[in-house]
Amino acid sequence: MSRYLVDKFLYTVDRDPELVERYRTDPHATVAWWEAERANAVLNCTTGEASTWLRFTDEERDALASHDHVRLFALGAHPFLTLTLFIAMFERDHDEPMAYQKQYGLRLAHFSLPYPDIAT
Amino acid sequence: MAQVVAVIASTHHPFYYRATTATGEDRPPFADEWARKILAFRETLTRARPDVLVMVGSDHFHQLWLDNMPQFLVGKAPFYDANWYNEEREFGLPRMLLRGQEDLSAHVLRAGLDAGFDLAFSNELRIDHSITCPIITLRPEADLPIVPIYTNIFAPPLPQPKRFVQLGAAIREIVESWPSHLRVAVIGTGHLSLELGGPRQFGPQGPDPEFDRRAVEWIANGDLDGCLSEVTLDSLHAPGNATHGFMDFMLMMGVAGAGAKADHVDTLDLFHTMEAYFTWYPNGAPA
Repeated sequence: MSRYLVDKFLYTVDRDPELVERYRTDPHATVAWWEAERANAVLNCTTGEASTWLRFTDEERDALASHDHVRLFALGAHPFLTLTLFIAMFERDHDEPMAYQKQYGLRLAHFSLPYPDIAT
Repeated sequence: MAQVVAVIASTHHPFYYRATTATGEDRPPFADEWARKILAFRETLTRARPDVLVMVGSDHFHQLWLDNMPQFLVGKAPFYDANWYNEEREFGLPRMLLRGQEDLSAHVLRAGLDAGFDLAFSNELRIDHSITCPIITLRPEADLPIVPIYTNIFAPPLPQPKRFVQLGAAIREIVESWPSHLRVAVIGTGHLSLELGGPRQFGPQGPDPEFDRRAVEWIANGDLDGCLSEVTLDSLHAPGNATHGFMDFMLMMGVAGAGAKADHVDTLDLFHTMEAYFTWYPNGAPA
């Protein structure tokens, strides 16, 4: 399990407008590129210093590549990160205010307390 | 010594700015009442005539990240840029620039470390809506220097609730031991019951109105014993998956002091969350 890396994907994509669009339109390729090129970047280093060991599990990679926010919740991805990025990608496809946010919650209706652990 | 002239605790709803600046069809039906309540709340700060604002909030994975996550962090910088691209994108928040009060930051860090709080610090901190929302609601001129203090209510493992209360009490003592003639207001924002990214989000009310009712009573009455006897890191999952932000309210109860009844209490039931506004005047209400 690499919950931290799933969060790192959501976090780094969310803060980059160009990556938000890439992930929206081509999720499989964006996840594959990100895992190969960005997953190991130490974010606080400007000179390209990198880790060597970070990779997704097959299930995490697939959940991200299929925009499956329900499975990401089940895997313990940080719900704030998932929600923020998914609003950025998909709220625009809905006419009514908050329609996407409400639908997003409804799709999670089968979860009851305790929710999946989000500790990293 | 410096005086704490007001202690203020509030929710930080990122939609306030957009809701109350919208006009015509875009203006939501609750905007006018919301703005009225905020104007009354703002007046409680204005009347205290503060010179400096200590601002307690929580970074929402903007500058602080899981590769290096502080539990409590004090900003010490001459300026703070504010608000981030994704807050502009989702909430329409404006970019801001606030001045810092570096002498008080240095004092808080030194005295806090000496009091047993191993505070992290930042000399270049871009603050987010947990601090800019109360600037927008309480001091929209954004003309007073600030000392930002960030708490981790967001990325487990979190400090215990009692630690937030202890830090609040320490902040009160530390500010009052600052050798300065300046008038300081301590302002902190958190949440009542809140769900983000889970099944109970964006309902017609906050996810747990009963928790909200009791929380408002605890805060308004300064009932730290009652609050601490019921609130644990585990218990806060029940009212909503983002309710750990309530610990920033507990920190502010620590600043106000055990048993201190708030001089101003107001709430507003909105979709998704209950808004709540509290002001204490430690030296009595200003004339």
